[in-house]
Amino acid sequence: MSSAADIVERLRAGERVAVARLISWAENGDARFAEALGSVFEDVGRGRRTGITGPPGAGKSTLTNELTGLQRAAGRTVGILAVDPSSPFSGGALLGDRIRMEERTSDPGVFIRSMASRGSHGGLARAAIDACDVMDAFGYEELLVETVGVGQAEFDVMEAVDTVVVVLCPGAGDGIQAMKAGLLEVADVLVVNKADVAGAERLLTDLEDAVALRRRAEGAWEPPVVACSAGRGEGVEGVWEAVEHHRRWLAEDGRLRARRARLRIAQVRGAVAEGLAARLWGSGGLTERARSLLEEGGTPYDVAADLLSAVSARVVEPEEVSGS
Amino acid sequence: MTDRKIRVLVGKPGLDGHDRGAKTVATVLRDHGMEVIYTGLHQTPEMIAEVAAQEDVDVVGLSILSGAHMELFPRVRAELEQRGLGEVMLVGGGIIPPEDAAALEAQGYARLFGPGTPTEEIAEWIKARMGERLAAEGGGA
Repeated sequence: MSSAADIVERLRAGERVAVARLISWAENGDARFAEALGSVFEDVGRGRRTGITGPPGAGKSTLTNELTGLQRAAGRTVGILAVDPSSPFSGGALLGDRIRMEERTSDPGVFIRSMASRGSHGGLARAAIDACDVMDAFGYEELLVETVGVGQAEFDVMEAVDTVVVVLCPGAGDGIQAMKAGLLEVADVLVVNKADVAGAERLLTDLEDAVALRRRAEGAWEPPVVACSAGRGEGVEGVWEAVEHHRRWLAEDGRLRARRARLRIAQVRGAVAEGLAARLWGSGGLTERARSLLEEGGTPYDVAADLLSAVSARVVEPEEVSGS
Repeated sequence: MTDRKIRVLVGKPGLDGHDRGAKTVATVLRDHGMEVIYTGLHQTPEMIAEVAAQEDVDVVGLSILSGAHMELFPRVRAELEQRGLGEVMLVGGGIIPPEDAAALEAQGYARLFGPGTPTEEIAEWIKARMGERLAAEGGGA
């Protein structure tokens, strides 16, 4: 078994297998990950993070591959995280996003990691930000995060990246779908992919209308709507120009710093929630108490109130806990 | 809180264009709780080893129906070793005569599955072998 210090040394020596192993540790909840991250965290933050999200089949992997090509042509290295769903039944997953990025496999300036969503339901995986941090620490300059195919309510990506690109394609619903809350609101850049297919112009117009109709605060970012045909390599420069435009906006008035701070707070809250849930509901936890209160005829809310007061009594009086 | 999954690369090295078997095996492994990275067709040994490195897989499974197995399997093995991935369990399947299977197994392929092997047997075999390995490592890797 390798130690955290070994792997960090290999990461610093430029070994890609160290990147891969650290990401596995993060995924598996291996305690060595936190130790290793602590040693490299000062190197994290230089990479620029772009999320690619959208419904299944919209062309996320193809667009990711094309954007990677642009970056490589410009001499920048690219780290890609591609998330696919885990089976809710077996817990297994078939990870196939690499197939559309096959030409990058032999490029030493590109690192691609496939990740199963495991227990997460927000379009990413619990370890997605960790994987970005590892690729960032290694020195990849552009980090592209492709989410699972999302519907209307998977927004984890907005708290994982600097810029969110939402990819849509014609034939997947009318303008009302586009005006619904959700996916459009998390977009920093809206992309109509498959622009050569019938209905693309209509979708473009619907999206522009939806963006124009949205109320937004003074000085807030207005997501541009860009058309492309990623499969033909057409219009991809325009997508990247829109990402760069958003970056320039983020660079002003400390917006990037604020966004990243919000991201880290969300990450801390997630980690605390996860740790608390494990302690509360793990063996010897509150499940038995909940069960017996329910059997006594309490409503779920009565029982929750009882458990919450028991828990918060301990949270707000830490001295009593540590003294007991 | 550990959540260790078996990660498997299913790859098709070389020139044959039939991946129905590989896809079937990939699906069965997924249904046994494994995380399966499918590389698609026409992979070189270098590409397969590079994907194995980036994906940090426990197992590489190769499917070859072209008859070039005696050439391709050892090259994949060599590419893996060159990347420090000698620990990765290698398995293979396809149209492989028993004497070739025996020769490859002697060269360090953990197991070759011939035509007609029930897919469940492949999944159970990998789970059992990985279970032993993980137990020996104390659950980590």
